[in-house]
Amino acid sequence: MTDIQAGLPASGIVPETAEERVSYLRAGHSLRSWLLTTDHKRIAILYLIAITAFFFIGGAAAALIRLDLLTPQGDLLSNEGYNRAFTIHGVIMVWFFLIPSIPTTFGNFLIPLMIGARDLAFPRLNLLSWYIYVLGGLVTIYVLVTGGVDTGWTFYTPLSSMFANGHVVAAAAAVFIVGFSSILTGLNFIVTVHTLRAPGMGWGRLPLFVWSHYATSLVLVLATPVLAVTLALMAAERLFGIGIFDPALGGDPLLYQHLFWFYSHPAVYIMILPAMGVVSELVAAAAHKPVFGYWFVAFSSLAIAVIGFLVWGHHMFVAGQSMYASAVFSFLSIAVAVPSAIKVYNWTATLYKGHISLEPPFLFAMSFIGLFVIGGLTGLMLALLAVDVHVHDTTFVIAHFHYIMVGGTVSAFFGALHYWWPKFTGRTYSRIWGRLSAIFIFLGFNLTFFPQFLLGYLGMPRRYHVYDPAFQVLHVLSTAGASLLGVAYVLPFAYLLYSLRHGAPAGPNPWPATGLEWTVPSPPPKHNFDRIPVVTEAPYAYPVERRGDDG
Amino acid sequence: MNGFIPLWPDAASAHAGQVDQLVIAFTVLMVALTAPVFVLIVVFAVRYRRGKAANRTHRVNRSVWLETSWAAIPFLLTLFFFVWAAWLYFDLHRPPADAMEIDVVAKRWMWKFQHPEGQREIDDLHVPAGRPVKLTMTSEDVIHSLFVPALRVKQDVLPGRYTTLWFDADRPGSYPLECTQFCGTDHSLMHGRLVVMAGQDYARWLAGTQGGDTLAAEGRALFRSLGCSGCHGPGATVHAPKLEGLYGRPVPLQDGSTVTADEQYIRDSILEPNSRIAAGYPPIMPTFRNLVDEGEVQQLVAYIKSLATQPAEPTP
Amino acid sequence: MAERLKLREPFADPAHQAAADRMGMFVFLGTEVMLFGGILAVALADRIRHPEAMIAASSRLDLWLGGINTAVLLTSSLAMAIAVAAMHQDRPRVALGALSATVALGLAFLGLKALEYGQDYADGLMPALAPPAEPTDPAQALFLNLYLAATALHAVHLTIGIGLVLWLASRIARRPEEQAMTTELTGLYWHFVDIVWVFLYPVLYLVR
Repeated sequence: MTDIQAGLPASGIVPETAEERVSYLRAGHSLRSWLLTTDHKRIAILYLIAITAFFFIGGAAAALIRLDLLTPQGDLLSNEGYNRAFTIHGVIMVWFFLIPSIPTTFGNFLIPLMIGARDLAFPRLNLLSWYIYVLGGLVTIYVLVTGGVDTGWTFYTPLSSMFANGHVVAAAAAVFIVGFSSILTGLNFIVTVHTLRAPGMGWGRLPLFVWSHYATSLVLVLATPVLAVTLALMAAERLFGIGIFDPALGGDPLLYQHLFWFYSHPAVYIMILPAMGVVSELVAAAAHKPVFGYWFVAFSSLAIAVIGFLVWGHHMFVAGQSMYASAVFSFLSIAVAVPSAIKVYNWTATLYKGHISLEPPFLFAMSFIGLFVIGGLTGLMLALLAVDVHVHDTTFVIAHFHYIMVGGTVSAFFGALHYWWPKFTGRTYSRIWGRLSAIFIFLGFNLTFFPQFLLGYLGMPRRYHVYDPAFQVLHVLSTAGASLLGVAYVLPFAYLLYSLRHGAPAGPNPWPATGLEWTVPSPPPKHNFDRIPVVTEAPYAYPVERRGDDG
Repeated sequence: MNGFIPLWPDAASAHAGQVDQLVIAFTVLMVALTAPVFVLIVVFAVRYRRGKAANRTHRVNRSVWLETSWAAIPFLLTLFFFVWAAWLYFDLHRPPADAMEIDVVAKRWMWKFQHPEGQREIDDLHVPAGRPVKLTMTSEDVIHSLFVPALRVKQDVLPGRYTTLWFDADRPGSYPLECTQFCGTDHSLMHGRLVVMAGQDYARWLAGTQGGDTLAAEGRALFRSLGCSGCHGPGATVHAPKLEGLYGRPVPLQDGSTVTADEQYIRDSILEPNSRIAAGYPPIMPTFRNLVDEGEVQQLVAYIKSLATQPAEPTP
Repeated sequence: MAERLKLREPFADPAHQAAADRMGMFVFLGTEVMLFGGILAVALADRIRHPEAMIAASSRLDLWLGGINTAVLLTSSLAMAIAVAAMHQDRPRVALGALSATVALGLAFLGLKALEYGQDYADGLMPALAPPAEPTDPAQALFLNLYLAATALHAVHLTIGIGLVLWLASRIARRPEEQAMTTELTGLYWHFVDIVWVFLYPVLYLVR
């Protein structure tokens, strides 16, 4: 364990009240103390509330989609209505749930704790990023209630710039705005990790959660501005007809796709890298053992971030791009799978000769690994040129990315929630319900999305709600799965909120696990550490034997 | 489709069969590389359950050779499939020279097909079995995408450009044909059927459908009615490139580069004449953008292609 | 040089905070590079697709007005650098003078730009806002629209910069002893906006 006693005194800039010393949750109860907080932990909670709200809105759109797809004639929603449903589902889930989810809640809360700091480098910027998120969210809700937009979350030109009706510019503005929230969060993390590590916390002692958020932050700050300028140009095209993407005016619709995917492919790594960081922590804690191959896992995060910038053309194999360019993108897309494979194998190896617990967070971690592997393999299949020609723009692609983003990221999000909930709130929750929801999520998820692989290969296009009646059975199975999944997602909402009132108090380290966040009380005091710790041990310094194991 | 719940699409061409083989083989490889992960997770979770006695000594926390192997070996094995898939993909981009050419115009929300013999179809496309067919496609509005699952082929259809798709369907039958690039309100309804017919049936169908003029003949009529022969015809006083023998030949441009006079070049010359001006010619050709639609452009292109066999004009 | 700044959470040491602030600004400027990089990528793509049209359209822009603006902006960066140095040497009054020069030159740039826009509009060089008298080659129109979009984006950033400098000046006037770091960071932003113009000017005006 780290040597806390010999640490430097806390900065003492702001005198702490007695309440603040007890818990960040008690440091002020007014709305003002929450809405004007600069405490990274409170900002994390603010984000948690906001993204949960959007998760349910985006989920409602998904419910509409799945209900409409129960019948082949598309008789629940009109054609226009269906188009708006899947567009708002995509826009909300990508930018208002997945991208912020783990970094703004768990990243914000935990990074300072994990590195032994009292806050992020720029606390006020952190609060600003939340307000920017809320502003973007409000514009999105405006778009939603005034009828939505029907271009798909990808806003392809010339459909979006010249033909679509609906609030395209407002939707683009909402995404443009929320992009700044991403950028500021990433900026904050990068500077924090560089400058606020506690004495002795070298790069080689950082938890892998921090490594993966660092890699994510590099992508956040470098990719998001390209999205901003792309959407701005698309909106200008729509408003003023400037001609960049319009062939009749000398422009090129493919240029939009290059610019859009240059951001949006790295964006999916923004969505998965933090989840992988969570899983590294969960697997180590589950096995009570260091993660196998620490440096390989750490550098894999960086490798994914870097190579992830080089593969965007794999969204354009049939778009009219040169076949040689396609071949290069295909090769690189296979290469980008290698660091992910390394992580999966390393996590498995971590379990070997460990002390494995099957508490709820660890079940979510296993769920992640299973579902992420399937998603990743189907990604490799999509990277193969001749295969992609067949399954591109079918529900096969939809199933692939939902396996990664929902099966992967959302499982990791729930795993993180169940793992750090005692730290955030000081309460424990029902382990039985926790395990049940992990199992239901795993089963519901597979039932929802596996049939979509089959449907896609059979030729069911994406963004269609009228289909060949022979496909109906598979669609019904998928909708049944979605219903189970919906219930499974509501469950944690219920028992975790219940635990706030009735859960047994949690100690500082319930699992128990290594990491500086487990050395402070649950919930932590406002300024995290009485004294800044001095780190002297390797990360994940679990002993080989545990008391309580026979033999 | 087979049985109550279809699980695998029809394969109507050799290419489709090859793609299926690749997919199945790759799935086998993937299962081989990842089944150990699933199995081991379960095995470890049981054998090394917390609180259970087990031999946990001599555990290793890193191994460079293990890391390198399980990174490199799957990568190299996958590369084999990369090459196979790329080879099939490149083949899709090299239509045979003797392919039957059909022109396609996509517009919201229908497919318009023009056979060389003059037949026009909407949403359904009849083709002969066992003959390569090449589709030259463009869109009148947004990006669409032509997809025939039974053939495992797909190609986006762009406004302002020609894209091509070729196939050789060998199993007669009627197969779904879809638009797979979201194109707006009635995207879900923009589908039709590809009807593959054995040779005689196709000939009968051709004879039976009201054909009208061939594509090239219609193009010639347009060429006259739009006044193209005024500058490009034999008695023209204006210095304009002659079009006999043009198609397929290299054309030196004003900026020093050279392009091949393909369908795209001919189309651009009609709709955006100042974009790629042939060397030595004044930029005086007007645009016909508002006078012809994409379907008529395809007819003009077909006509100019029919002039390809005539002797070319010597370069000035 | 002693770091003259206002210590804030979570930092206990001014030098530490200064290093973090500098790094933060550089990371932010990195994001701005990617923003303008996007537009430059579009310009490059169009240059490759329509080389003659780009050259023809570019030669219709006012090379000299653009050149004078470049000189104005470079001089403003000099003034900004003087202000930063002055603050580090604890000479707020010199700094305020230099900052006024910066603002004046920045406003001069915007004024000249407005003049140039007016001239372009009258000459029919803004197809997006006013269709020109005779039909322009679409590729040329594309270039002109891109020119408008890129320079407008730059002008927005410059305006924000002017706002920042005015705000900085008011802080220096009130509490000069803590603003050295803020001045340095504002200076970095200002220099960046200048550098963006140094790339835009050749790409847009000098392609002939």
